[in-house]
Amino acid sequence: MEVTPSLAEKRKAQKQKVQVFVRYFILTIVAIIMLYPIIWLVGATFKSNSEIFTSIGFIPKKIDFQAYIDGWNTKGNYTFTLYFINTFKYVIPKIGFTVVSATITAYGFARFDFPLKKIMFSLLMATMFLPQVVTRIPLYLFWKDLNMLDTYVPLIANSVFAQEPFFVFMMIQFLRSIPRDLDEAATVDGCSSFGILWRILVPAVKPALLSCVIFQFVWSFSDFLGPLIYITSQENYPVSLALKLNVDPSTNTPWNQVFAMSLISLLPAIILFFSAQKYFVEGVTSSGIKG
Amino acid sequence: MKKKKTGLIYVTPWIIGFLVLTIWPILASFYYSLTDYSLARVGQTPDFLGILNYINLFKDNTFIQSLKATLTYTVFTVPLQLGFALFVAFILNFKLKAIGFFRTAYYIPSILGGNVAVGVLWRSMFQPEGLVNTFLGTFGLQPIEWLSTPAGAMTVLVILKVWQFGSSMLIFLAALKDIPQDLYESSSLDGASKFTQFCKITVPLITPTIFFNLVMQLNNAFQEFNGPYIVTRKGPLNSTYLASMFIYDKAFKEFDMGYASAASWVLFIIIVCSTMILFASQKKWVYYSDGGGK
Repeated sequence: MEVTPSLAEKRKAQKQKVQVFVRYFILTIVAIIMLYPIIWLVGATFKSNSEIFTSIGFIPKKIDFQAYIDGWNTKGNYTFTLYFINTFKYVIPKIGFTVVSATITAYGFARFDFPLKKIMFSLLMATMFLPQVVTRIPLYLFWKDLNMLDTYVPLIANSVFAQEPFFVFMMIQFLRSIPRDLDEAATVDGCSSFGILWRILVPAVKPALLSCVIFQFVWSFSDFLGPLIYITSQENYPVSLALKLNVDPSTNTPWNQVFAMSLISLLPAIILFFSAQKYFVEGVTSSGIKG
Repeated sequence: MKKKKTGLIYVTPWIIGFLVLTIWPILASFYYSLTDYSLARVGQTPDFLGILNYINLFKDNTFIQSLKATLTYTVFTVPLQLGFALFVAFILNFKLKAIGFFRTAYYIPSILGGNVAVGVLWRSMFQPEGLVNTFLGTFGLQPIEWLSTPAGAMTVLVILKVWQFGSSMLIFLAALKDIPQDLYESSSLDGASKFTQFCKITVPLITPTIFFNLVMQLNNAFQEFNGPYIVTRKGPLNSTYLASMFIYDKAFKEFDMGYASAASWVLFIIIVCSTMILFASQKKWVYYSDGGGK
């Protein structure tokens, strides 16, 4: 080998440069391809219907908010104002109940011993893997018998009783990471078990609670199958059903209006994501996630 | 010491919910599956049929086709999604600048993916004159009949799901960060290529994470509903009429609760069996660093 050390080093450095370039190149191309549909969607909301499908460019010829106005007001009797209010009517209670019930349940599992605890914990874990498809029909009949169809109760009930194991499991993981010395010291000071939870543990797991809020918001806001099954009258429709309503007659879809409302329905999740990215990442990586 | 009752009080809401909203429905749906319970016939008490619903299901070509479609969908989406997630996580794990930017970019589709709006967007993108065909056209490629051919419609659904690889990627990325760097360093001194390192070091060390993602994604894919319902409907020749959509139609359009319950039990058993097979296979390929167990 006649290669001098400096030349070999140069080659190595060059090879490394190429490698780094290739990595960035792949990452960038993939990112562009992945995000382009969303970017294009933003542009399309300002285009006229005749312009939308003529080019792959996303920049509209002129900025026109008419699609937003027409889309929001819809051709029917109800506007998106109502659909958004309807959505929040179950999303907000659902978030509240989830946070409370998941924390309380997780506290019970993480800090106490009680009869059959091991079995119950296994059952809790097993429900993470339970295909929901099998419970859907009896639950529908259950709520029908209670005259609760077309109300938001069936959509909220699972959260009231901590039946979304992802959240319980995430809270258990976080509670376990907090040293027990803290609660023991408080017990000595005469703090009740609920006092310990409220005054010591809840403040310590605030990031986890925020993760619960954020995930439950995104999931329940975009939930489609639940409302599709339980919400029957249009005046109770949430945003997800209203959007589907707009594309049903496939012949003459006013795509720009549909896109405008689609984008608006995505905005809450996008805004939340950018303002609380840290909690998303923590939530996903601490316990693994569905979706 | 803490009283035994205290803990029970805290988990009581969960126990009630578990009995009423989880266990009871599972048992009830099995019972319904053995009857001809229908909401279409008002005031009639359901008759007990035994396993007749199940026999009829397996003679029902539409149901068999829906199982085939579900299986095709699962077999394509799960490996593609996980493979892609792992590949991108592997690249992101090199100390690159702007890793935060890329992580965000790749995760966004996972956040938005479940939304009806994305389904609607997908539907428009794959129209004959939609964004994708226009894009292909600029390269002089022929337009593809996405939604009007069985293979095309299935491809559209698979792309939609694979597009949402972000959350699997984040889980992989967290696992990759836990691999000690010196393992890579010593092996590159031995002259191992990046590819060898990936196969010999990375993959074995994160098998528990691969396993977890596999179980979760399999479960999701078998029950996929939004994609076909919003984007492709039944698809040409029922090619994207997935099992959960079949069950939905039988239960909530035809109100044939007994038959739909039986179909949901068939799907349930398929999912539970494949999950159990995966758990049983753990011993063969999943390496837990602390010596086994969960």
